[in-house]
Amino acid sequence: MFPRPIEHAPRSWQLTYQAMLPAALILWLLPLLAVAVFSVKPDADFTTGNYWGVPSSFNFVENYGKVFFASDMPRYLLNSVLITVPTMIGCVVLSSMTGFALGVYKFRANLWVFFMFVAGNFVPFQILMVPVRDLTLDLGLYNTKTGLVLFHVAFQTGFCTLFMRNFIRALPFELIEAARVEGVAEWRIFWFVVLPLMKPALAAMAVLIFTFIWNDFFWAVVLTQGAESQPVTAGITSFNAQYRAAYHLMSAGSIVAALPPVAMFFLMQKHFIAGLTLGAVK
Amino acid sequence: MPSSNKAATRSSWYKRNEIAVTPWLFLLPGVAFFLLYVIFPIFQSINVSFYDWDGLGEAEWIGFGNYEELYWDDAFYVSLRNNLIWLVMYLLAIPAGLFIALFLNQTVTGIRLYKSLFFFPFVISQVVVGLVFTWFYDPTFGLLNEFIGLFGLGPINVLGDERYVTYGIIAAGIWPQTAYCMILYLTGLNAVDPEQIEAARLDGAKGARLLWHVIIPQLKPATFIAFVVTIIGALRSFDLISIMTNGGPFGESRVLSFYMFEVALSEYGFRMGYGASIAVVLFLIMLCFITYFLYSMYQDDKGGR
Repeated sequence: MFPRPIEHAPRSWQLTYQAMLPAALILWLLPLLAVAVFSVKPDADFTTGNYWGVPSSFNFVENYGKVFFASDMPRYLLNSVLITVPTMIGCVVLSSMTGFALGVYKFRANLWVFFMFVAGNFVPFQILMVPVRDLTLDLGLYNTKTGLVLFHVAFQTGFCTLFMRNFIRALPFELIEAARVEGVAEWRIFWFVVLPLMKPALAAMAVLIFTFIWNDFFWAVVLTQGAESQPVTAGITSFNAQYRAAYHLMSAGSIVAALPPVAMFFLMQKHFIAGLTLGAVK
Repeated sequence: MPSSNKAATRSSWYKRNEIAVTPWLFLLPGVAFFLLYVIFPIFQSINVSFYDWDGLGEAEWIGFGNYEELYWDDAFYVSLRNNLIWLVMYLLAIPAGLFIALFLNQTVTGIRLYKSLFFFPFVISQVVVGLVFTWFYDPTFGLLNEFIGLFGLGPINVLGDERYVTYGIIAAGIWPQTAYCMILYLTGLNAVDPEQIEAARLDGAKGARLLWHVIIPQLKPATFIAFVVTIIGALRSFDLISIMTNGGPFGESRVLSFYMFEVALSEYGFRMGYGASIAVVLFLIMLCFITYFLYSMYQDDKGGR
């Protein structure tokens, strides 16, 4: 192991390390902790200039209550869910198929199709912006959640195909060959042999897509406007405009907007990290 | 019976070619979707960049007119310069991530929770990161100025000062990016061959020399991915700029991706053609990196099945 395990170090250094850990963590998360403190402060503290002193009262319920009951925030959150979940499902379906095709079969165009997906995934969003906005307008889907979902599914399929194909390549190929010898139809091999083995990859991909799509801001701004279809990342700017200079409410709103992916991460940590670090180890 | 005969040959044609046809059937929906929303639009954008078009009316062919205008546009050069600063500064996330990974690669109690909490900034949306840092930099109550105030300095209005603004935004972007690099290196460190480390230690290598000559070469796959995601992240920077400064002050914090959006879709008018030409430039910059990434992957792939 590198660096040398701390257990072999002198006792004094061990204690120093133990003390450094929380200190470093607080320093690392300082900007975030500041917002968390802001979000429970009462309005009065900001008018009297008591920014960093002890809160004069603990207003957790009032501030977060306002976010949930006196603003469009629940609406935005619901929109985000209605955009994120269908995208997740669409990506899983499409990319398990493309990943299967590219991971299992040998044909001449294989690598080219694969590179098309990978290259497309790295492209800057701005080169797609004008045509995709036009296409969405032409389909009559501008400012709808469906329009946003369709684009996200298509775009994320690039990343997901890369992910799935590499995962399927690592599976033992003998399983598929054995099934072929038995005369099992190819689509049944996909359904009964490969798909069950892909479960961990599907879970990893689903949590990653959830986070990416929930946190998307650019496409939300380009393809939607107004509270009826905007997700929470775009909605938070109108929320902040509504509560301009009410820092306690803006802080509470930001925390609410950031929370779902954070919850997802802590619940599905193993899958999440497995997905993000795929390929980091040979 | 001719009809049943026909059916038999048809099914046997499928049977005979099953292995050749199946992959295309599986690829069809995904590829069609991807072509429609990603690949074709790239070419459409390149095409639009040769027109003068407001997005609604008639488009007028002007050849390289947009690119010519770009050549004389000071805002374009400011954006391009900032893009370069982003690229270079953002790469700091890689050594920073490695540093934190080395710091956390221990087995004391509770270390798992520490690792998760250090990773945490990556999961938060850039919009919220932008807001959080805007308040962090605030000249009246921001923690940064409270802190430098202790030394009798400041206050600095980071986001209002054209000298610091780009660096201030980049710092906000490096924060989650470092967390990502850290998790890549933590995974990489886990897989480093312990026998090689022991052998090197027996030879008397330790500390920085051991890290440089034995550990870092073994972390190469992690470094490659960290490099890819950091470059892409740097060139995609949009959310933070839009939230923190909206390109200001005086357009000093714009990058190409933001400037393109501003030209094509903001109150200054819908100049789709001009915007598309900026996007094409950004795309060409990215294309250099994409080619390099694909080439590396291709070299890797030749070794595999």
